Amino acid sequence: MGREILRIEHLHKEFEGKTVLDDLSLTLAEGEVAVIVGPSGCGKSTLLRCVNALEPIQGGSIFLDGAEIHADPRKLPQLRQKVGMVFQSYELFPHKSILDNITLAPRKVQKRSREDAEAEALTLLERVGLADRAKDYPRQLSGGQKQRVAIVRSLIMHPALMLFDEVTAALDPEMVREVLDVLLDLAKQGRTMLIVTHEMQFARAVADRILFLDDGGIVEEGRPADFFDHPKTERAQRFLNTFTFETVKE
Amino acid sequence: MNADVLRSYLPLYKEAAMLTIRLGLLGIALAFLIGLVCAAVLYCKIPVLRTVVRAYIELSRNTPLLIQLFFLYYGLPKLGIRTTPEACGVSGLAFLGGGYMAEAFRSGMEAIAPIQLESALSLGMTRTQALSSVILPQALTVSFPALMANVIFLMKETSVFSAVSLMDLMFTAKDLIGLYYNTTESLFLLVVFYLLILLPISLVGSLIERRLRYAGAGL
Repeated sequence: MGREILRIEHLHKEFEGKTVLDDLSLTLAEGEVAVIVGPSGCGKSTLLRCVNALEPIQGGSIFLDGAEIHADPRKLPQLRQKVGMVFQSYELFPHKSILDNITLAPRKVQKRSREDAEAEALTLLERVGLADRAKDYPRQLSGGQKQRVAIVRSLIMHPALMLFDEVTAALDPEMVREVLDVLLDLAKQGRTMLIVTHEMQFARAVADRILFLDDGGIVEEGRPADFFDHPKTERAQRFLNTFTFETVKE
Repeated sequence: MNADVLRSYLPLYKEAAMLTIRLGLLGIALAFLIGLVCAAVLYCKIPVLRTVVRAYIELSRNTPLLIQLFFLYYGLPKLGIRTTPEACGVSGLAFLGGGYMAEAFRSGMEAIAPIQLESALSLGMTRTQALSSVILPQALTVSFPALMANVIFLMKETSVFSAVSLMDLMFTAKDLIGLYYNTTESLFLLVVFYLLILLPISLVGSLIERRLRYAGAGL
């Protein structure tokens, strides 16, 4: 594995005195795809939000490409350009066309020219099969299409790390696949990704490493085949059992 | 009602109406700016400044324009600051309107889900960039009816300008009644001229509102 992109050391996060993440450490190398699974409320999304400082942290440190994220709020816009984040609810800007949604940040933040940004946006849209929707508005798109646009909007910033926060959880079942295919494609291109998902089959297919999070800490981690076929901890076994119905019919 | 009287008064009312429109629009434009800045301070929860802004909003909204004008017109010269009646009128209207505009902008901005701001920030935008390109344009659509109501309300409030010797519509009507006792004609023209100023604003406002609602459908 290549150089280190993300290092989290002894992260401590609490909401109003209630501990959500406790002494959590984790490193991610360039090109690595780590998938975080775990019961709801275990702090998966909070962990992602801490990584690009959408949440303040109460202890520990997070390094992105060697730079500490929570050190200086003035450097945040600079650092956040290196982290792409895709949300469960897409969060496209409803008052802008698809093309403007994608080119807004490159033009405003990176001061790229309109022609340059639009050319790359169209290439990226082409790759996710949405080049013909460039002039449309978000409300004219289906959930799966919106989510693919949201991914493109992050990609155009050339981030070193991509965060995906349950990006298929709000989608109808038949649209889940089209979004997951995009993620699989990104993994194949060697992108560094941290993915939170409830799609276990997908997690198994895309991950280099599975992180099982429970009660604010990483309870178990390993290669997908090991984790899904032979979970070591009792908590992971119990979690994985909730996805099968074998024990229901006896 | 005497048609000749109406005709002879017309030029005076026209001139007065121009003054009302000029000072009114200038004051409203300033109120817009003040409101926008104040709303941004409140939305970003900037310490200390937000307390100042809150105090200003309460002060401006809970005192009558007439009293504010008296303060500017009679008070400032006592402090050695020279003003003109026009400057008093405009700044009084801006002071009053700023508070109302601030609240209209703020409620619009707060109606936009915070995750929209987070999504803009996560793309590397600064707070100012996120505010101006993502939050404000959306908030404007939400705030538009309230802003429009403020514009109409402020335009009508200009009728107290006469108290600081500005020769606006109200002043002209009172003056003419005092001079010639043609009360019916004077008041009739007063109503007509206020309607002429305000009706177009109302109509254009609701037209834009309808278009915005159409454009925003299914956000």
